[in-house]
This record gives sequence, structure tokens and C-alpha cells, in this order.
Amino acid sequence: MKELWILFSTFCKIGGFTFGGGYAMLPMLQKEVVEKQKWATEDEVLDYFAIGQCTPGIIFVNTATFIGYKQKGIAGAVAATLGSIFPSLIIVMVIAAALQNFAELAVVQHAFGGIRVAVSVLIFHAVIGMWKKSVVDTVCILIAAAAFLLSLWVRLSPIWIVLAAGILGIAVSVGREGKKP
Amino acid sequence: MMELLVLFYEFLKIGLFSVGGGLATLPFLYRLAEKYPWFSPEQIPDMIAVSESTPGPLGVNMATYAGFQHSGVMGSIFATVGLVLPSLVIILVISGFLEKFRSNKYVEYTFYGLRPAVTGLIGAAGFGVLIGALFHSASFRELEFAALGSQIGWKELILFVVLCVATSRWKKHPVFYIALSGAIGILFAF
Repeated sequence: MKELWILFSTFCKIGGFTFGGGYAMLPMLQKEVVEKQKWATEDEVLDYFAIGQCTPGIIFVNTATFIGYKQKGIAGAVAATLGSIFPSLIIVMVIAAALQNFAELAVVQHAFGGIRVAVSVLIFHAVIGMWKKSVVDTVCILIAAAAFLLSLWVRLSPIWIVLAAGILGIAVSVGREGKKP
Repeated sequence: MMELLVLFYEFLKIGLFSVGGGLATLPFLYRLAEKYPWFSPEQIPDMIAVSESTPGPLGVNMATYAGFQHSGVMGSIFATVGLVLPSLVIILVISGFLEKFRSNKYVEYTFYGLRPAVTGLIGAAGFGVLIGALFHSASFRELEFAALGSQIGWKELILFVVLCVATSRWKKHPVFYIALSGAIGILFAF
């Protein structure tokens, strides 16, 4: 029981003190999980992170699930996963509740008018970063363009686009394999 | 209760199909906003801003916020648990053969197609956010191209250009730019 609590509280701490998720969480993971608790080596954490990216869902939460499972089986996985989402739940709920009360204020509306511009710039940068990492050839350009247009104009559900792109990825790669001698 | 189960089911689907981290849940949130009266598409950029400015992973924060718009505290819990449940189950299933899973060529092939698609999806969602931020129009579809000049927000456009230059020159934390833009928004009455 104590071990489950430590799993929960450790991931609470990491989730509650890092902004942004993804790779921003790596240094804190290394400090808490590798150095302090010695649950995994640095290489293992990087491996979990890589696998966390290849499974659906939130990378940090997936990494927590892996480490929790490795320590204490299914109960450990659940404890670590709950710990990783707990601070977000509390903090965001408090802010959402506060904003609901102040949303009508002119000051808040002006602030969000400016903030929306910043958010669009941040997304723009994220998309450029993803493009550089994921679009490696012409097929990728076509897939990205098709996903963009189908989502924007046809309003096709992202679920279908994600499924189709995964199947297409396999089909194209297997086709290429067949061409190689 | 029924309403909460619908919310839970929708976020279960998001958890199952959002791959690629960070903003991957964004296209799905837009779909939800169109399908249900829980929150409007115009609220989504504000959700992103709050999620970027609070600790914790972006996807979890956005689910909590969206759930809160739906039905307060219970909504937050149902949405967030729904979001993480699929990956929890998947990881428990594959944990026995992690290394095989990771080096499996079909997993690699799937992601070869998936990653560009997710880039395109987030690009489309980002385009929607940009239109909402720069024009006095609810969405891309409501833009009147003949009257584009009168619909554009000039102050917003100037801030956009300044931020584009600033963010590519100085790698500051997103929270810094969000706070700065909020202050500018108040100062110049956006």
C-alpha cells in the first residue's frame, strides 16, 4: 500500500510541477524516477517515452502507466496513472470555475482577445515542428495535405482520418518492401 | 447520469484515437464542439491557453476543462478518466512484449502514415484558431471574402506578426507569450 502511495505521489509531483507535457517532462522524470526512486534507468525512461509516443493517449500519462506497472503490476499502473492526472484535474477545475464567473468582464475578454493570437502562434510553431519531424517524403506531404483539407472542408471526423492514414502507412510501406529485391 | 456517460464515451474515443502527444486532442475537441452543445468552437482557444498556462500535460488539462464546461466537477472527472482509460488498458496489454511492440515494423509503418495526418489535422485546427483570433468572424465558413478588410482585426494582425517574429527569435516558455499577449490585449482593448 505504501508503495502505491509513493507511485501516486511521485507522479502527482511531476504532473503538478511541469508545464506543457511531452518532452518538457523528461528532466523532472529523470530526477524523480531515475535518481530519487531508482525505478528505472535513464535509458529505460527514454524507452518508455518512445513507446508512450507509439501508443494512443497522452505521452506522460502513458509513461507513468509503464513505470507503475513495472513496479507494482496493475495496481501500480492505476496508482501512477491517477497520480499523473490528479494535479491537472484539481488545478484546471479551479481555474475553469473562476473563469466562468469572470468571463463576462471586459478586462477578461480583452485579455483573451490577445491570448487567442498567442495561442494561434504557438499552434503554428507546433505544427512546423511536427512537419519537420514527420513529413519525410512526397507520400507524407500528400497525407498531411489530405488530412488538412478533409478536416477543414469536408469536416470528416478525425477518427476516420487517423484510421485511414494508419492503414495507408502500412499499405505504402509494404508496397515499397515488395519493390525491393 | 446519461449525459455524463455520453461525455465519458466521447473522451474514451478521443483517448483511443489521439496519437502524437500535445495538441493531438485538439481536432477531436473541435468535432465535439460541433456535435454537442457542451462548449462552442470559440471557447477552444481559451481552453488551450488555460491548459498551456497550468501544470500538467496539455491533453489532460484540455479534457478536464472541456469536461468542466459540460457539467462541472463530475464532468471533469468523467472526461479525464475517459481520456486516459484506453491507453491504460493498451499499455497493460502490450507491457508483456514492449520491446517487440516497439521494434515491430508494422507499428513503424502505421506511424509513418499517422504522423503526417496528425500534423495536417492539427494544422487545420490551428487554422481555425487563427481565423478566430484575427477576424471578427466566428469561423472560417462565415468569412465574407468580399468584405475581408472590414472583418480583419488590425490590432490582432499586428500582434500576430510581432509574436511570429518574437517566438522564432527567442525561445521563451509558451506561458510567457500567453501572459504577454493577455496584458497587451487588456492594454489595447482587443
